[in-house]
Amino acid sequence: MLVWRKLLAAAMLSNLADPLIMLFGLGYGLGALLPSIEGMSYIAFFAAGQLCTATMFTASFESMFSGFARMHGQKTWDAILYAPLTIDDIVGGEIAWAASKAWLTGSTILGVAVLFGIAQSPWVLLALPAAFLVGLAFSAVGLIMCVLAKGWDFFSFYMTLVMTPMMMISGVFFPAEQLPAPLVAVAKALPLYHGVQIVRPLVAGGPPPDLLLHLAVLLAYAAAGYMLAIHFARKRFSS
Amino acid sequence: MSALSVRGLRKSYGATEVVSGLDLAVEPGECFGLLGPNGAGKTTTLRLCLGLIEPDAGAIELLGEPVPRRARQARARVGVVPQFDNLDPDFTVEENLLVFGRYFGFSKAEIQPRIASLLEFAGLTGREDSKIMALSGGMKRRLTLARALVNDPQLIFMDEPTTGLDPQARHLIWERLRRLTQEGKTLVLTTHFMEEAERLCHRLAIMDRGRVITQGTPRALIAEHIEPQVLEVHGPGYEAWMERAKGLAPRVERVGDTVYAYGEDVEPLLKTISGELGYLHRPASLEDVFLKLTGRDLRD
Repeated sequence: MLVWRKLLAAAMLSNLADPLIMLFGLGYGLGALLPSIEGMSYIAFFAAGQLCTATMFTASFESMFSGFARMHGQKTWDAILYAPLTIDDIVGGEIAWAASKAWLTGSTILGVAVLFGIAQSPWVLLALPAAFLVGLAFSAVGLIMCVLAKGWDFFSFYMTLVMTPMMMISGVFFPAEQLPAPLVAVAKALPLYHGVQIVRPLVAGGPPPDLLLHLAVLLAYAAAGYMLAIHFARKRFSS
Repeated sequence: MSALSVRGLRKSYGATEVVSGLDLAVEPGECFGLLGPNGAGKTTTLRLCLGLIEPDAGAIELLGEPVPRRARQARARVGVVPQFDNLDPDFTVEENLLVFGRYFGFSKAEIQPRIASLLEFAGLTGREDSKIMALSGGMKRRLTLARALVNDPQLIFMDEPTTGLDPQARHLIWERLRRLTQEGKTLVLTTHFMEEAERLCHRLAIMDRGRVITQGTPRALIAEHIEPQVLEVHGPGYEAWMERAKGLAPRVERVGDTVYAYGEDVEPLLKTISGELGYLHRPASLEDVFLKLTGRDLRD
């Protein structure tokens, strides 16, 4: 499953350039107008959010659009099933691949943040495994969408109705706690919020509070997503 | 021991039973044809034999392995040529073979030396670096066949291997398939082309509505089910001719504006053809058997 190196160059550009442009555009532009936020500069605050969001987008795009292209358009999954592999192997491989690609996005953004002095403490290195976990959670959920999809349009619903609002309420651009309590509660039930809660203190240079809770939520999304994706994939491929 | 044995196989989708009590035995080294109209259950049968779907009832043994329980182990020694090519368009010809071999757990170093002979077999020598998009339909088909051989399988399933190919490409595929049987490989193929089945298959089974309705060698099936000579007559006055023919041939059928007369000897009938009637006199073929047994109604 891990032989898709060919398309890497083009994909990396779009996966990385967009979030970085946004990071510096919003970070420095908006940051100049804003005082420090939660004790850090706005760009550092936003960098943590942007790292998680970009990781989420890469993971979701790869598992939904690229996954669907391989499964539905190119019938690559059918071909793989002629080998001594099962649908479970394919689902696992797709999730691992999308998470790895997402991790590359997250770690590059982190590298840039370090390079520009936005993050300086060695604590920030722990954001690397955190980014992988965020990628894993969103890849697993994205793959559920992939194996449930009847057509390409299906993904618009998930993106517009789930991902975009999640990005707004999960503390990416501003502290989530500023929102009305019900929205905070929703954010806390979703994985992006917990990713940001882990990465932000690390960027600031300290251990994240409630680390185990945040890790547990992300792991739960990854595990549940993996199992549901397998369930629906088996169903799809047994008919 | 059979290369593939199927007993009492059943599979339903919702209220429709697609495979209903199928029995088959394919011997090692033979080319076995599975014939049947659209919707007869051929593709479902192949998928069941590969362990890709679970049967509702029945037993399958593929190369000595019980399927679906040990389908993985069986698939390691089996090749598949699907009905629709699913080569990976992101890769070149050579990469498609390499990547596919990796799915079988072979290392790059193990596959690399085999690629030249696989490409030779597929008639694609020199096209290693071609993109899949740049290949013709026949080339893609041959590459799919070469891909199915990457694990040096003992048995190869082929779902309509020549559908959509021009005669040149089809003849080349036939030649390659004969080469495979000469090498001792077992072939199981589904096809709509009776000519293909007659030429390639040592034995074949005709399927309809999920079960085998007859099986045997192509010659035996023709001898068993149909009169050896056929006269097809069409053109103005064919209806009147049909009435005369009924007295002279044991079996006369009309399909649309063509009359089919079957018999041991159709010479007396030939003498009755006159005027503007067009005709074709030919030996009976597998297609006649197929149409007799499965009917002439369109299947969708």
